[in-house]
Amino acid sequence: MSPISRRKLITTGVAAAAGVSGLAEAARLAQRYGLIPPDHGGIYGPGETLTYAAQRLLTRHSMARTFPRSMISKTPFANEVVPRGKDFERSQSNRFLDWRLVVDGMVSRPLSLSLADIKSSFPVHSQITEVACEEGWSYIAEWIGTPLHEVLTAAGLEPQVRYIVYYSMDHVIWESIDMADALHPQTLLTWGMNDGDLPVGFGGPLRLRVPRQLGYKSVKYVIRFTATDDIKKFGKGLGSIDPEGGYAWYAGI
Amino acid sequence: MATVAPRLETKAPRHTALVRVTHWLTVISFLALLVTGCEILVSHPRFYWGEVGNDLTRPLFIIPIPASRDMVPTGYHVVLPDENGWSRYLHFEAAWVLVLTAFVYGLAGLFSGHFRRDLFPERGNRSLRAHWERLAKYLRRAPPDDAEARSYNVLQRTAYVVVIFILFPMIIWTGLAMSPSFTSAFPATASLLGGRQSARTLHFFLTGLLVLFLVVHVTMIAMSGFRSRMRAMIAGRAAAPRERP
Repeated sequence: MSPISRRKLITTGVAAAAGVSGLAEAARLAQRYGLIPPDHGGIYGPGETLTYAAQRLLTRHSMARTFPRSMISKTPFANEVVPRGKDFERSQSNRFLDWRLVVDGMVSRPLSLSLADIKSSFPVHSQITEVACEEGWSYIAEWIGTPLHEVLTAAGLEPQVRYIVYYSMDHVIWESIDMADALHPQTLLTWGMNDGDLPVGFGGPLRLRVPRQLGYKSVKYVIRFTATDDIKKFGKGLGSIDPEGGYAWYAGI
Repeated sequence: MATVAPRLETKAPRHTALVRVTHWLTVISFLALLVTGCEILVSHPRFYWGEVGNDLTRPLFIIPIPASRDMVPTGYHVVLPDENGWSRYLHFEAAWVLVLTAFVYGLAGLFSGHFRRDLFPERGNRSLRAHWERLAKYLRRAPPDDAEARSYNVLQRTAYVVVIFILFPMIIWTGLAMSPSFTSAFPATASLLGGRQSARTLHFFLTGLLVLFLVVHVTMIAMSGFRSRMRAMIAGRAAAPRERP
């Protein structure tokens, strides 16, 4: 081995310093433009941050693939993993007439809506999109509902809101999405499926469809949306129940 | 087995630092992807063709193993533990290492002439017949000739070209075709393959081909002198006396 020359030492030192300050600057910019996911810590943090940042740069406004009516699955699969609980059963026996959807947090006009309110007060949209589970299986259905941004706009989002947190009636599942997904035209507050009511097995009476992410972000039996600028205040501060159970918060892959 | 004269060994070119570093980064990320990929597969060991497929759809084929999900009809009464969380995190993190490594290696290989000089089969020696003749030579266990001791032969070149320019790009493509977000920006990634489930099935078969390459590659290294080959890929020199397998 030849001894390290002074020139080489200086070049290496300058390159290392530039690299470190470059990384620090990149981290600052990423934070500013919302490219860092809530679960950015730990050994899997760098990979998760790269995925989320790359997707946000590439796909902020892109539209999930939609399919012709002929491709609607004849055998969709209702993945029922979490018990729906007593509160759900009580509302079900009441034909969901007492179902309330609450919109609160950083909004100027908090809302409490019945299913009838949601169906009559907001524009009705439908989309034929695919549900893809992280396990590997999938199906296509037509989903009918109102875009989430219509409801959020009616509630009057404050400008500094960065995440929408949402909860299931099963009192177990809670999720959050960033504003790119929350305000996306295909993020659908869904009550109908394939020209009928949304069946309970598929999330009826009310499910949030997030078609640009895997199935686990499309929470069934939604009862509450909370607008926030600080996701750390919720649960363990990792964005949703997924990282608490070892799964990625961002499921667009 | 005959040996190559040490004279030739000392003349053998070093692997460049770039080739050595990217080689081992690829090894590490590939092994991580393989283990976590198998783990993810266990949650749904059924494969389909086309856009959709689930427990209620007729599969193309089934891997006959228990699943880590009790609703998958596998016929086993055992449910394996769910390890998908960390497996998925690590799968995609390792995929980033692989893709970034491939990017650096690809650019460097293009501009340094590594691909043209060392990998693409040489003009005049790339016919099917040339491949067969080299294969026959392997089967006779004949020693490598003068030129081969310093460079790759036609079978090695073709194998490396297939792995580097076909299998790895295809496995990255089929992986991206399963991303609901990536396909929203680039729908053709999924539709050109015949749909999301086709992409998943192809991803599985491509893994099989890469594992086949890995097995043959490691076998050949073991047969041609494991320690000297490892030294060549780690330190860049292959001057040690040749070992017997």
